[in-house]
Amino acid sequence: MAVIEYEGATFHCSDSENLLSELIRQGADILFSCRNGICQSCMLKYKGGAPIPELATAGLKETWRNEGYFLPCLCPVPGDLTISRISNPGIIQRAVVVDKTFLATGICAIRLDTEKSFEYHSGQFINVRRVNTGLIRSYSLASVPSLDSSLEIHVKRLENGVMSNWMCDEVASGEVVQLIGPHGASYYLPGRPSQRMLLVATGTGLAPLWGIVRSALAAGHAGRIDLYHGSRHSEGLYLCNELREMVSRYNNFHYHPCVSGSTTREGHRHGRADDTAFAENADLTGVRVFLCGAPPMVQSAKRLAYLAGASLADIFADPFELRDLRSKTRTDPDPGKIGLPQKALTV
Amino acid sequence: MTQMTKPAPSLFERLGGAGAVDAAVDIFYRRVLADKSISHFFDSTDMDAQRAKQKAFLTMAFGGPNKYSGKDLRTAHAPLVARGLNGGHFDAVAGHLKATLEQLGVEKSLVDEVIGAAASTRKDVLGQ
Repeated sequence: MAVIEYEGATFHCSDSENLLSELIRQGADILFSCRNGICQSCMLKYKGGAPIPELATAGLKETWRNEGYFLPCLCPVPGDLTISRISNPGIIQRAVVVDKTFLATGICAIRLDTEKSFEYHSGQFINVRRVNTGLIRSYSLASVPSLDSSLEIHVKRLENGVMSNWMCDEVASGEVVQLIGPHGASYYLPGRPSQRMLLVATGTGLAPLWGIVRSALAAGHAGRIDLYHGSRHSEGLYLCNELREMVSRYNNFHYHPCVSGSTTREGHRHGRADDTAFAENADLTGVRVFLCGAPPMVQSAKRLAYLAGASLADIFADPFELRDLRSKTRTDPDPGKIGLPQKALTV
Repeated sequence: MTQMTKPAPSLFERLGGAGAVDAAVDIFYRRVLADKSISHFFDSTDMDAQRAKQKAFLTMAFGGPNKYSGKDLRTAHAPLVARGLNGGHFDAVAGHLKATLEQLGVEKSLVDEVIGAAASTRKDVLGQ
């Protein structure tokens, strides 16, 4: 009998059936549908114990496998195991702002140091909570673990955004925030170093892709890498000098700044980043694609990339929800009246 | 004297099993997404989940292991029927299934068997 720890409960399983059937039979709370490894509804996360047999991860995205995801319906009981649901709230810890720099009008980079070591991949996102309030927002990580000592996020000021205005106007070095995560499976994994890569970002969607490009180049990625960054106005394109410097340093890296409104600066292309990228890269067979920006752009780009031949397992696009596109400023709960939420907020 | 004979290979085995589904799923899903007359039924913010659904559909159409009954098909397609799913849409999807198999070079008799199996689900899918 193997001992299976799942979401705080212990199950004793024989190896007569697959893991999913054993757990369901014993009343574990698991979503499932096809039980044949097709629908992926029952996907769980491996936390420790006997290794998961390869057949239980066949066909899953590389980054999902890297996160320990597997399909219990295809998994014989391999021995003692600790497993969990795939969406867990992550670890909460305190982080202190160590630097704030404006990258462009209304866009600032904030660097954070955590109290404890923080393991992540460039391109994942974290949730940042203003201490003692319910104010919490998701930000992609622009930093690279092997290159940067601090975490870095890019914050764009939104007209009525409570968090973004606080970050842009008031936050200074020394400010303490709470950080939850990391989350997301949109990141670079070494291996297949000669694969072509196409990255498309709009606005501060550049943050995770800036991290991904730097981690790929630092890992010695040799395949051609094209980064398209779009903004309505030239002023919204940032890190241009840094990106051009990387172009001069790496022969395989190409940077395409795109402006969809009236172009004012030399060297900027006219047109939307996604339109330009797909017009210039009609065949994406075998190409690894990263997308980040406003959800409608990401959704349509994901579809176009797939139709152009990219495999869905090679298209990386975490949903990037803008929560602040509302007509007026949200009133957050009075910090004096509420304590911290009892449970970590999931996003 | 009796002779031990192997059971005749199933349609799924003759098509090439799970490997055939893997080869077909992206061709098929790209075809239906690119067909504006039906793509709205296949559009989803979660394309990975949609692709998995197409894989389940092909596994079933190929006569492979599945646990879906006629009742499941009815329930699953009811929201689409409410959105206007009709026989024309069904035929368009069947056409893409046929074209997918032809693109893969599957022999005609097997294509006909698959299309026959798919056609048998028509009433359940359309909620008739």
